[in-house]
Amino acid sequence: MSEPSVTAGIDLHARQVRKFRLQDRFFHHSTQLFAFVVLATLVGILASLTIEAWPSLKEFGPSFLWTNIWSVPDDEYGALAAIYGTVVTSVLALLIAVPISFGIALFLTETCPVWLRRPLGTAIELLAGIPSIVYGIWGLFVFAPLFAEYIQPPLQEWLGDVPVIGSWFSGPPIGVGILTASIVLSLMVIPFIASVMRDVFETVPHVLKESAYGMGCTTWEVVRSVVLPYTRVGVIGGIMLGLGRALGETMAVTFVIGNANRINGSLFAPGTSIASTLANEFGEADPGLHIASLFALGLVLFIITFVVLAISRWLISRSLGSEGL
Amino acid sequence: MMSLYTRRIWINRIGITLSMLAMSLGLIALLWILWTLFSKGFAALSWDLFTQDTPAPGSEGGGLRNAIVGSGLILLFSMLISTPIGILAGIYLAEFGRVSKFASFTRFMTDIMLSAPSIVIGLFVYALFVATTGGFSGWAGSLALALIAIPVVVRTTENMLKLVPTSLREAAFAVGAPRWQVSLKVTLRAVKSGVVTGVLLAMARITGETAPLLFTALNNQFFSTNMAEPMGNLPVVIFQFALSPYDNWVNLAWGGALLIAFLVLAVNIAVRVVFRNKDKR
Repeated sequence: MSEPSVTAGIDLHARQVRKFRLQDRFFHHSTQLFAFVVLATLVGILASLTIEAWPSLKEFGPSFLWTNIWSVPDDEYGALAAIYGTVVTSVLALLIAVPISFGIALFLTETCPVWLRRPLGTAIELLAGIPSIVYGIWGLFVFAPLFAEYIQPPLQEWLGDVPVIGSWFSGPPIGVGILTASIVLSLMVIPFIASVMRDVFETVPHVLKESAYGMGCTTWEVVRSVVLPYTRVGVIGGIMLGLGRALGETMAVTFVIGNANRINGSLFAPGTSIASTLANEFGEADPGLHIASLFALGLVLFIITFVVLAISRWLISRSLGSEGL
Repeated sequence: MMSLYTRRIWINRIGITLSMLAMSLGLIALLWILWTLFSKGFAALSWDLFTQDTPAPGSEGGGLRNAIVGSGLILLFSMLISTPIGILAGIYLAEFGRVSKFASFTRFMTDIMLSAPSIVIGLFVYALFVATTGGFSGWAGSLALALIAIPVVVRTTENMLKLVPTSLREAAFAVGAPRWQVSLKVTLRAVKSGVVTGVLLAMARITGETAPLLFTALNNQFFSTNMAEPMGNLPVVIFQFALSPYDNWVNLAWGGALLIAFLVLAVNIAVRVVFRNKDKR
């Protein structure tokens, strides 16, 4: 006489399974939806910047990119000065940051005593944690005055008469300017480049390094001939990551670049970058061409950094395996 | 003529010395910035900093009460938005997205968003929210910061969930638990502290973000807890005050910078210390 209760039990079980399956499908798709939010943001940024920039893109066309004029009274805008400042400060920052980051990564992976690795590594990572506005006020109030007093005059004295190079260091030593912005930027990107380099250096198999040491190689030779060739792709990825960071950095640059919307051959001269132009002008921009041109600048910045960061992530993930960072 | 052997030794010595110099340069930069912050920031610390509002141009004294409260509110709401979205998206990538193309694409884009220029996020929220709803507001600021925090939470949650041993999941499946229960009640719970860490790091990341707030929350000279209005916040106040001609404003900027940097660094250090103890166990 137990038959009905058995079928009822099976029924109940089947219903439970069906309920779970429905719940699971709901769970799967709702989490997927949230993952989609990130993608939607990216597409949304691209779309909304393009829409808002449209009046300016239509008015100036592609020549917006290479026109060196930024005049609010005449309502004429071109991005060249801002692009020049952005690219020059970022590239100079990398020229300073890459050798230093390499040295830090080399020290942390090869020569540093094991008990010191963690605290020193953390200290470098903390540099990345300091908010960029703090770099900005430090750069403006502490670094720039010292730079103007103790570093710029000697630089001019030594290099001022050299043809070509001399003109890079001409002009009054006022502290703020392209070179100061590059130095502050380099401090900000060092932790990013150094920690990627350290991570990829650690992926080198010990056997490889030890066989080189066993043959009598010095540390320097092991790093140059074994570690670097093995990790080349990841190192380049780390440098590109630093470049992506430097291109889009806003606050630190705005404080120390001097905010002059023109191109000057001297590195001591004040300049501007895309991000600092946005930070300075967007709040008080007139509706119409001015604000549309600022959106166009933002679009240019977003596209440049997107390409640089995409290449960087691709290289790093190739180097570290599918785990990524 | 130096022998090959001595030359190699010398090249090595020079290389190693340069790398140590690079390391000390990094440490000097860190200590220099921290020292500046503490020496200038402590001079500005007083009770007034927490009990008075930002002063009008030309008036004496003043504090940062409105900016501290505003920053706190904006941060609170941006974390309330970004935490659930980030954790659920992270669960998707770790639990359902090991092999799917959509997931690896999302993962790649999330990594890019981690380093995307924050000022562009500000422009986006301005176009999407401020221009359409007709005004700067605390909500817009929270939204901008949330968009920056989400990728951080997504990636740390995913990385933490990946550390959960498959056997734990299989054990839960074997007793008949549905997938959502396994995800939320077993694996997520197993890495709870790691996920909390990710959320804290995301908060530390957005605490000092200035650029996205410039065109969203703007600033407010007066004390206000109304999220629908422009809202005072520490980063923008620091930006405006540091570039002002008034001594007391510049002082307040240093005090604010110390508060922010202290909070950010404390979270960063605390997270690392907690994790080191975990490793030892």
